[in-house]
Amino acid sequence: MSELPALKILIADDEAPARNRLRELLAEIPGTVITGEARNGMEALTLAEQEPPNVMLLDIRMPRMDGIEAAEHAQKLTPPPSIIFTTAYDTYAMQAFELNAVDYLLKPIRRERLANALKKARALLPEQLSEIRQLRPPRTHFSATERGRILLIPLADVIYLRAELKYLTVRTHEREYLIDESLTHIEEEFSDLFVRLHRNCLAARASILGFEKRHEADGESHWVALLKGVPDILPVSRRQQHIVHEIKR
Amino acid sequence: MASIKQNHRPIPITLPDLRNLGVQLRVLVLANAMAVIAAVLRSNSMGETWQELLQISAAMQPVLLASMLALFGTHRQLAKLSYRLGIVAVFMLVLSLTALAHIAAAWLFGTEFAPPLLRMWFFSTIMTGILLAYFNLRGRALSPAITEARLQALQARIRPHFLFNAINAVLSLIRSDPQRAETALEDMADLFRVLMADNRQLIPLQSEIDLCRQYLALEKLRLGDRLRMNWELDNVPMDALIPPLVLQPLLENAVYHGIEPLAEGGEIYINLYRSRNEVHLLLKNPYRRDGDHHHGNKMALSNIRERLALHFDAEAQLKTKVTDHLYQVHIVIPYRTEP
Repeated sequence: MSELPALKILIADDEAPARNRLRELLAEIPGTVITGEARNGMEALTLAEQEPPNVMLLDIRMPRMDGIEAAEHAQKLTPPPSIIFTTAYDTYAMQAFELNAVDYLLKPIRRERLANALKKARALLPEQLSEIRQLRPPRTHFSATERGRILLIPLADVIYLRAELKYLTVRTHEREYLIDESLTHIEEEFSDLFVRLHRNCLAARASILGFEKRHEADGESHWVALLKGVPDILPVSRRQQHIVHEIKR
Repeated sequence: MASIKQNHRPIPITLPDLRNLGVQLRVLVLANAMAVIAAVLRSNSMGETWQELLQISAAMQPVLLASMLALFGTHRQLAKLSYRLGIVAVFMLVLSLTALAHIAAAWLFGTEFAPPLLRMWFFSTIMTGILLAYFNLRGRALSPAITEARLQALQARIRPHFLFNAINAVLSLIRSDPQRAETALEDMADLFRVLMADNRQLIPLQSEIDLCRQYLALEKLRLGDRLRMNWELDNVPMDALIPPLVLQPLLENAVYHGIEPLAEGGEIYINLYRSRNEVHLLLKNPYRRDGDHHHGNKMALSNIRERLALHFDAEAQLKTKVTDHLYQVHIVIPYRTEP
């Protein structure tokens, strides 16, 4: 008799009784093992890195980072875990999940339904992700991958983003990260946080210290932005010069 | 069937309650509007209208104010009579006060200066009749609204979110802690009994507080130490009558929008107190503008506001205040201990 390796499952829910209940149910489903219990999306991602699960059971509504954002970042793990969302009641989410064939379970969860969902669970497709992304509040982090690990970059720490070939460089006080996203999308998503300085650069409004006019040897002059906390200087393109006056310090 | 019929029995029409500020204002405005109409009809020029109005007022205001005062004082006795007998009593009261006013005027200014008694009686009868008819119609117009209020109360209370999460929490306790599961189910039964009752009648504040504690016990089950309560009940008038389900939906809002989005939880502050003839309900909870989910719940608030208006007219108010970290609801209702 050949035993299949046990299905590794990570649970994330902010309510202790809800986690208890899942633990009790999973104990009765053979071939499953719980590799971690998290109280929010961020904890879930940390635990998922330490011991990559096959399936993540994610509550939608959690403090710090909700289930949908956690699922997005978790897709960067290799291989990406299967995702099953859990919710007590959320009409919008339920509709969107149905439409996009995303797996979800309604609380209180029944054992048979859980067992069924685990059997057919799979990773989220990029199309599914982009559809359910609208359900969550604005995300709180960017994520980068380095040697199979997920690095979460809090939005509040970002000083600027610069497009470089295929990737974006994200600058924070400590270091630079490479993320796989589009500058235009980020500009649209966080128009209140970031401002376009140049065709290839967005800066956090809160990090702009001021602007300076620089004179080149050939007599040309252009504006540059000075930033809080880092010595980097960002050029402002001619097309974006109007922001020098809009953001007065 | 009998019980269902009973639940849908319309609220009987009652005499206007002159203790209510809204009723007082309506009476004063309507009576004076009628006086203005009479003055305009009896005069040919602007100056004359003014003279007429002064004369009518001199005769009318003392009777009007005395009648209002008398009805204010005798409301409790009048409320015990049937509506028909009550109407007769009101007319008798107003007509005798009119007669008194006539006698007083004759004694003060001489018989020839006092307006004839028959004319005063005629005027008083018409005015009282119109006012009573107005309040009768208004009562009828509002009575379906009060029935409606019961339905609204049904809708506003208890989010499905709470119901299913609570059931989930109880399920998780059944094996590990059967006794707590038992208590939780009992709390839930009590809670739903109140929710399904006829909610048109006012209830003592004490009952609403008990209901809130049961609701909070259930939430505590899910949220544990994240939900912290700070009740300030030093000067609480437990006998004050309030519409049912005024506090509980506010607490549910506070938990959903204030506590649940915080990983470390937070404190809900409730201060209930009496100040002169007003009952104050003050509730504060932590609040993060950005941490809020897409479907904010203004429904419960507008529902409570409507029900307060139905029960207390202009005398009740509900104010909300939002700062960066705090959300505050302040309700003021008149202090009443009997309907």
